[in-house]
Amino acid sequence: MILIPGRSNKQGTSLNAGKLKDEYRTVTSTVEVNADDMARLKLKDGDRVRLRSAHGETVVQCKSRKAADLPAGVLFIAYGPPSSQLMGHDTAGSGMPLSKHIEVEVEPVSVASPV
Amino acid sequence: MSENTRLVENATCTFCGCVCDDMDLTVDLDARRITKAKNACVLGRAWFSEHTVEDRPFALIEGKPATTEEGVEAAAQILAKARFPIIYGLSDTTCEAQRQAVAIGDMIRGTVDTTTSVCHGPSGIAFQGVGESTATLGEIKNRADLVVYWGGNPAESHPRHFTRYAVTPKGMYVPNGKKDRTVVLVDVRRTPSAPVADIFVQVKPGKDFEVLWTLRALVKGRRVDPSVEECTGVPLTTLEDLAQRMKSCRYGVLFFGMGLTMTRGRHFNSGAVLALATDLNQYTHFVAKPVRGHGNVTGADNVVSWQTGYPFGVNFSRGYPRFNPGEFTTVDALARGDTDAALIIASDPASNFPRAAVEHLRCIPVIALDPKPSDTTQLARVAFTTATYGINTGGTVYRMDDVPVTLRPAFESPYPSDEQILTAIKERVAELLAEKSASARKVA
Repeated sequence: MILIPGRSNKQGTSLNAGKLKDEYRTVTSTVEVNADDMARLKLKDGDRVRLRSAHGETVVQCKSRKAADLPAGVLFIAYGPPSSQLMGHDTAGSGMPLSKHIEVEVEPVSVASPV
Repeated sequence: MSENTRLVENATCTFCGCVCDDMDLTVDLDARRITKAKNACVLGRAWFSEHTVEDRPFALIEGKPATTEEGVEAAAQILAKARFPIIYGLSDTTCEAQRQAVAIGDMIRGTVDTTTSVCHGPSGIAFQGVGESTATLGEIKNRADLVVYWGGNPAESHPRHFTRYAVTPKGMYVPNGKKDRTVVLVDVRRTPSAPVADIFVQVKPGKDFEVLWTLRALVKGRRVDPSVEECTGVPLTTLEDLAQRMKSCRYGVLFFGMGLTMTRGRHFNSGAVLALATDLNQYTHFVAKPVRGHGNVTGADNVVSWQTGYPFGVNFSRGYPRFNPGEFTTVDALARGDTDAALIIASDPASNFPRAAVEHLRCIPVIALDPKPSDTTQLARVAFTTATYGINTGGTVYRMDDVPVTLRPAFESPYPSDEQILTAIKERVAELLAEKSASARKVA
C-alpha cells in the first residue's frame, strides 16, 4: 500500500504542547486506512498494525476513513517519529528523502505479538 | 487569571508560514502566559497558549543542568574542534539569529543547511532552473480569480490561508470574495481542504508530474491521448476544462505544497508547476507560490541567500560558499557519516529524519537550541532552553511570500533568545580559533 505522511490539525496542536507528550505520540502513531481495506484486512478502529517499508518498520494503531476521502490502497499518517522510521535516506542528489508515497506492507499485529 | 494583564495588538503568529500579523493577545503577566489570542486559527491558539515559561534548566551538558554560559563554552569548544560541522534548522527563529548562525558556519568552515532542504528545497532547485513568476499574498488577495492548490492541505496546515489571503477575502478586483473566484484543489486524497474547492481533481499517487506536463501540452494547444486518464487517474476532459480555465482567467495562482516536493520527481514536479505558470503568461497573468510551513523558513532562505548567495545546503570548507544539494544537505551529510558535530537550532531532526541520519546524530556531539524538549534535545551533548520567538523575543520574520514582518513580543522569558546564545557562541568560537591560529604560528 502507499503511505502518505502529512500534516493534520491534531498533529499541529499537539506538537505545540510538546513532542515528547502522550498526545503527540498518539496522534503520530495512528494510521488512517480506507474502510474497504480495513474490512479486507479484518481490522477495526484501534487495532495495531505493523507497517514495513524497504527501509524500516513501525507499529501503529489504525483508524478507518471512508472510501470517498481516502482511496483504496492509500494510507495517511501524521508526520512524526513512526513515519520517519519508514523513510529511506537516499535523496537522489536533492537533499530531500522521499517522505510521502512510501510503499509499505501492512500486517495486523495481535495483542500478544511483540512490537 | 491574575488582574495583571496586558493587551498586545497586531502581534504576529509565527507558527506557520502565513505569519498572520493581526493577533490581539491577552497576556497574564503574573502567570507569564497568553490567555487569549483573538483572530488566531486552531494552530495559532495552540502556539500561543502552549508556549509558556516552563521550569527547565538554562542548559543541559551531557544531561546535567548547567548555566547558559557553561553551555556556550561547551558548545564553542565542540564547534572550534570540529572538522566537518553542520549547522541545521533555523526555520523557527528570527532572521537576526539566522544571521549569527551563518556567521558561525563561515567562521568554522562548516555547512549551513536549513529545514528547507526537507521542505521546499526541491522548489529552491527548480527556481534556479526554471525561474519564478511570483507575487505577494496581498496582490493575490486583490487580484486572483482562479486559485489552484496543488499537493497541499491548507485547511489543516495553514488554516487562515483561505480566509486571509486567497479564497474568501474581498479584494480590489474580486470585490465579492469567494463568489468572484474559482478554487481548484489537486491532491491524491480528498482532504479537509476539499470542501473549500469548486473543483477537486484527484490524482493517482506519484502522477503529479504527468498531470502537470499534460496541462502544459493542453495550454499550448497540443493533442493529448485520452489514455492519460489510465496513467494519472484524471479524465482528459477534466484536464481540458482546467487548462481552459487557466488560460481564460484574469489572474491565476498556483499554490503548491509538499505533495510535490516530497514525492518522486521532487524538483521536477516543482519545476513543472513553475513552467506551467510561465507558459500561462502567454495568455493571462499567472503566478506560482510554494506554501511554506514553518514560521520563518522563508526568512531562512532569504538570510542564507543574502549572506552566501545560495538558499540552503551551503558549505564553507574551502573558505568560500559552495551550494550542492545531495552533498551539503543535512540528511545526506549525516547519512554518509561525514559530519563530526552538529549545531541544531529550533528543529527536531532526531524525530523527523530517516534512521541512518538519526543514527549518525547519536554518534557525534550535538548542540541543540529549543524552547521545548524534543528527541533532538534529548540526544544533544549540549541543550539550551531558549525563549520563544515572536512570543518572548522581537526580531524579523519573512512571510511565505517573502514579505518581512517585525515581531511584537508578548512577555519576557527568563531564557535567552537564539540570537543571544548564537552571538555568544560565535564570539567564543572566534577567540578559540584565534588561539589555535596563534599556537600554530608559534609551532611554525
